Amino acid sequence: MINKFGLFLLLFISCDLIAGVDVVSFSDESLRPRYQQLIQELRCPKCQNQNLADSNSPISVDLRNQVQRLLEEGKSNDQIKTYLTSRYSDFILYRPQVKQNTWALWAAPIVLLLIGLLILYRIFQRQKATVFEESVSSQDQARLRELLKNSNGDSN
Amino acid sequence: MNRLTLFMPLIICIGLGAFLFSSLGKDPQELPSALVGQPFPEFSIEELNDPQRQVSVADFRGDSENGQVVLVNIWATWCFACRIEHPYLNGLAEQGVAIIGLNYKDNRILAKEWLDERGDPYQFSIFDPRGTLGLDLGVYGAPETYLVDAQGMIRHRRVGVVDERIWNKEFRELYNQLVDEANDQ
Repeated sequence: MINKFGLFLLLFISCDLIAGVDVVSFSDESLRPRYQQLIQELRCPKCQNQNLADSNSPISVDLRNQVQRLLEEGKSNDQIKTYLTSRYSDFILYRPQVKQNTWALWAAPIVLLLIGLLILYRIFQRQKATVFEESVSSQDQARLRELLKNSNGDSN
Repeated sequence: MNRLTLFMPLIICIGLGAFLFSSLGKDPQELPSALVGQPFPEFSIEELNDPQRQVSVADFRGDSENGQVVLVNIWATWCFACRIEHPYLNGLAEQGVAIIGLNYKDNRILAKEWLDERGDPYQFSIFDPRGTLGLDLGVYGAPETYLVDAQGMIRHRRVGVVDERIWNKEFRELYNQLVDEANDQ
């Protein structure tokens, strides 16, 4: 029983915590958050869906070291990204720049959301319209009132 | 108008299907080449067989004054596909194609043994144990092959093995054209 409970507790351990043993050292500790952010956002060229932080392939290790070196040289984030894209193309950016060939990528979510909202709006409009059509006309309402009055009179 | 909206889902489905189908044959491993059309990066690195000799882009010219069209082949002894590729490179070299080796993240002794055993198709091999030139080229694995024209511009890049099929499909025409251009000058 205690073993099962122990196993259950294991579920709550974060793999990220165990995996994140980084032995990178910086001359200036303020570079570390930028380093972390960059290796999260840069994609491993060899592996399909991992960033540099996740991947242990040799090329990712090299690129992490290169990012660290460039940070130590005082390069800005943009300069580092330009350095890498000039060698490994835009593929390496998980957050692609807005350019002529990426605008569709950036605009698609907004456009799709707007289309969705438009469709929803039209559906609600139509429902409203049908409800109105099915509602009882004033003539019928008068007849109905008459009938009800009569039947009430009968029962009394 | 109602008729049209009725068919909208079908039209969207067909469009999406056509788009996805056209993407089926594409290799997701293949990166767009950032360096095609760019000059080969500058470097000055030791030669593999002769550590005293520093080689650079200028050495691609070979003996000819106008420069020569070269293949730059990234290889390593740890790379299994390079074993498959090597005999074909030997054949190309015999046909007179100038090939420069870039020994990528490798061990000098093992690399020399490899060339002794399997033959050396390279005019010379750049010895890049830490992958610094590889990084400048955007290399992310071996083998890779670059076609560099007589002016030192990268004209084509192949990630993966070059064999007869790939040579005929991707390289031969462009190579012959570039050689003709170089000779005309």
